[in-house]
Amino acid sequence: MQYLLMIYRSESEFFKLNDAGLAKLSADYGAFTQSIIQSGHFKAGDGLQPTTTATTVRVRDGKILTTDGPFAETREQLAGYYLVDAKDLDAAIEMASRIPGAKDGSVEIRPVMIYK
Amino acid sequence: MTSAEIEKIFRDETGRALATLIRLVGDFDLAEDALQEAFAAALERWPRTEMPANPRAWLVSVARNKAIDRIRRQIAFREKQPELTHEALLDAEIVPEENGAALDDDMLRLIFTCCHPSFAAEVQVALTLRTVCGLTTAQVARAFLVGEEAMAQRLVRAKQKIRLAGIPYEVPEREALGLRLRGVLAVIYLVFTEGYVATSGEALMRPDLAREAIRLARLLDALMPGRREVKGLLALMLLHDARRAGRQTEGGEIVLLEEQDRALWDQAQITEGLRLVEEALQLPGRPEAYAVQAAIAALHARAPNFQDTDWKQIAGLYEVLLRISPSAVIELNHAAAVSMVDGPARALDLIDALQARGGLDGYELLPAVRADLLRRLGRDRAAREAYLAASAATQLEPLRRLYARRLAELGP
Repeated sequence: MQYLLMIYRSESEFFKLNDAGLAKLSADYGAFTQSIIQSGHFKAGDGLQPTTTATTVRVRDGKILTTDGPFAETREQLAGYYLVDAKDLDAAIEMASRIPGAKDGSVEIRPVMIYK
Repeated sequence: MTSAEIEKIFRDETGRALATLIRLVGDFDLAEDALQEAFAAALERWPRTEMPANPRAWLVSVARNKAIDRIRRQIAFREKQPELTHEALLDAEIVPEENGAALDDDMLRLIFTCCHPSFAAEVQVALTLRTVCGLTTAQVARAFLVGEEAMAQRLVRAKQKIRLAGIPYEVPEREALGLRLRGVLAVIYLVFTEGYVATSGEALMRPDLAREAIRLARLLDALMPGRREVKGLLALMLLHDARRAGRQTEGGEIVLLEEQDRALWDQAQITEGLRLVEEALQLPGRPEAYAVQAAIAALHARAPNFQDTDWKQIAGLYEVLLRISPSAVIELNHAAAVSMVDGPARALDLIDALQARGGLDGYELLPAVRADLLRRLGRDRAAREAYLAASAATQLEPLRRLYARRLAELGP
């Protein structure tokens, strides 16, 4: 099965990181990404620019409406994702638990829909 | 053979039949639907013909064929054959083996799936009661005090999640086992508790649920020997269940511990429970909640009568429990034990202090415990009020009748 692992974290905490903190985080993510590439689970994955760069789009009555920023105000924001292949939910939970962001943020696991 | 007798067989066999079917057909929903069809076939056939020698094997075999029919129809309907259904079809051609160990493994797989931590706790219990214990959706709904419709919805969503989220149908690997086991034990104990004192209805006990919980704990103890928490829980349930015959009159009236005829207690079960408590307490590690509760039950089981019970040690063990796993139930039980050591006034102080802190809000046994203490203190008017509150708080008829008897004894 394929699962999308969505990493949520507090952006305000992220902005407080100093250079050493950023370097450490980047190294941790690099190591995790390498580990799931080597184990054959990795399909895709990226970090995202902060929510200050986000645009939300809706179409109402045929008109495109855009708003600045994310749809809802929350404590944690989507910061990145991995798309992985995993045998079952337990394997996906195990992988999600190794994502560096799981230690201070949270990772939501969603099975990817299969179209038949 | 009456339909009531057939219903009972369905209840007894659902868990194991379903567990095996899920393995055979590889799909939770398909297995459940097929089993329902097999039940319908049995209701049709059994009253007219002779009962099959092995009803479960009959149900599994009929349900398996129903499932194969469905898969064939699906395959004919769609042109392509998804790998999963194809595999399921191949597996389903194998005749189910009546091998005890394989059936036990099926049951364990089903339990670990129903108790998967990605479900909310109440969903785990509901799924286990419905699928492992074979309760109807209506019975599960009653156990949760929700409507049948809402419970049916909850179960459908849970089964959808098993399939869509890829929750594995297997016993977890060694390293994840400890954590997962804790969740399973919590569910088993909840099932037992419902069997020991039912939430609502006419009967105080549901011995079938208690038996099912004990059976599941035995299975776990066999599969994972040397686990204190499993031995502790098994011992606890055995020792409590051993008092069953003494806990009510033939007419279904509650007999409290202090009035029970201890000759009615199941001595063989007590012996087994006591041995398991010893084993659990001797295994290395910090005090474990189930084992400590079992140690308390063991002190009751060993006592010649209510008065000569080692209340001091029992109160002490409840204090240990309050440190390692505090809860409203433990607080109340501790107070009840203290009432036997230091008297009811001291116990009432404890409870009132707790209540003032809001620690017992909405806990339905609170008024009953207070009522008993007030009665022993001779504070009849306050006791009356507490018994009335206790009666209003319960949905269990034998408990209501017990409170009514107490009220009658207290006089107007």
